[in-house]
Amino acid sequence: MSQFLYLYRGGDSSGTPEMMQQTMQKWMAWMQDLGAKGKLKDQGNPLEAGGKVVKKKTAVTDGPFAEAKDIVGGYTLIEAKDINEAAALAAGCPIFESGGFVEVRPIMTMSM
Amino acid sequence: MAEPGDHLFRREAGRMVAALTRLFGVHNLALAEDVVQDAFLRALDVWKQRGVPENPSAWLMATAKNRALDILRRERTARTYAPELGRLLESEWTLAPAVAEAFGESTIRDDQLRLMFSCCHPQLPEIAQVALVLNILCGFGVKEVAAAFLTGHAAMEKRITRGKKVLAESKRLFDLSDELDLPQRLSAVQRALYLLFNEGYHGSHSELAVRAELCVEAMRLAELLLANPVTAIPSTQALIALMCFNAARLPARIDATGNLSSLYEQDRRRWDQELIAKGEQLLDHSAIGPTITEFHVEAAIASIHARARSLEDTSWPVIISLYDTLMTIRPSPVVALNRAIAVAQHEGAQRGLDEIHAIVELDRLAEYPFYFAALAELEQQLGRADEARAHFLTASARARNPMERNFFDRRAHEVAT
Repeated sequence: MSQFLYLYRGGDSSGTPEMMQQTMQKWMAWMQDLGAKGKLKDQGNPLEAGGKVVKKKTAVTDGPFAEAKDIVGGYTLIEAKDINEAAALAAGCPIFESGGFVEVRPIMTMSM
Repeated sequence: MAEPGDHLFRREAGRMVAALTRLFGVHNLALAEDVVQDAFLRALDVWKQRGVPENPSAWLMATAKNRALDILRRERTARTYAPELGRLLESEWTLAPAVAEAFGESTIRDDQLRLMFSCCHPQLPEIAQVALVLNILCGFGVKEVAAAFLTGHAAMEKRITRGKKVLAESKRLFDLSDELDLPQRLSAVQRALYLLFNEGYHGSHSELAVRAELCVEAMRLAELLLANPVTAIPSTQALIALMCFNAARLPARIDATGNLSSLYEQDRRRWDQELIAKGEQLLDHSAIGPTITEFHVEAAIASIHARARSLEDTSWPVIISLYDTLMTIRPSPVVALNRAIAVAQHEGAQRGLDEIHAIVELDRLAEYPFYFAALAELEQQLGRADEARAHFLTASARARNPMERNFFDRRAHEVAT
């Protein structure tokens, strides 16, 4: 088993209260499904939209760090056989319905 | 992991807007709605990953409250807020307690009422009042309100936008202690809730779930009227009694095959006895006071149906005399039609037909499917199958949703065979 990081990028979930509640319930069902399959290593956290960008020698600037549509809104750590399985599991993420996408990154392992 | 209750967001939307409008003033309704939307977005971000908190409603309220505090501190001079609170919001010493009070349970209940009264502004047509109530107090989005009333999105958006403009111009939320304006406004509110309930009950929308929800919302808001001594007057009790009796029949309106079932064919064992008992109790309480309203009479009629074990067991003479009373309070061709149907039950189909033909302004029923359905039923009872079938087909052509259409088509077919 290898570990992968899901980065949730972009997406706009605003809508009517009923629509937003449904979106949330889809996310929870998806997370629960990952857990039930034994793939969920750490459900992770949502991230605040703002922040600071720190670069060498230059002044610290406020975020965003990328275009709004690419901003990372949260992350989750999962376990999968390989990158293909990790990507396949991400395909069920409700983020696509709100116009966002998932970046799947393998966690590098120490090998001697 | 906790599960959020059904329609939690929608329910809380109305409560949060009420508290925020108390603070910001009704002219800042749009700001209040933005804060609510922000609170939901935040909840969505956090809950979708971390799960729903123990008390989701308190979580949402706290989020909205903190955001309100931020805005009131940061934009203290940029905007004017609720005139009633005025100076309380200006000093840090009084700001926090004033905000805390706005988010207290009983304050929220009262402010939902005040907001509801404000929505039923006399400058707005009834349908706009109901649309505003659904949008602001029940958290229905514009497209959901449009769907509930089978109108186009653009038309509904225009109606709601205009309604909000009138609301904003009214400067402050309706004051429930305003003895001069209260009676008339209360009756407008009752009327709006009655319309909302009926839209759900007989509604033009094809989707059952949506319709039942409208009934539930109407009853939930009516309960707010009942919880406040100023608005819990006999006519309010009668209105809720009426809703209880009709809601009790909802489970039986659709038969085992998913078809609409008329009062005459319903399985009465499926009526909700608890709601009927509640209706009886409220109707009893409503019988005090000098005024008899249409809600009293309609509730009394519904109560007789609810009490009757069968169609034959129904006290038709009492129902007919109640319809007579209703005709003096709020005459309409539809009331007259219902009266004629009761007459037919009691005195036979021909007498019923005579009554129908004698209805004043009969032409106003020309698009009403149940007018033709009533003609059809009575013609059938008199053995005139061809006439009956033709009337059922006319009713079918005027049906307002597929469920009604199936019902009339089925009856037409039964006559034919």
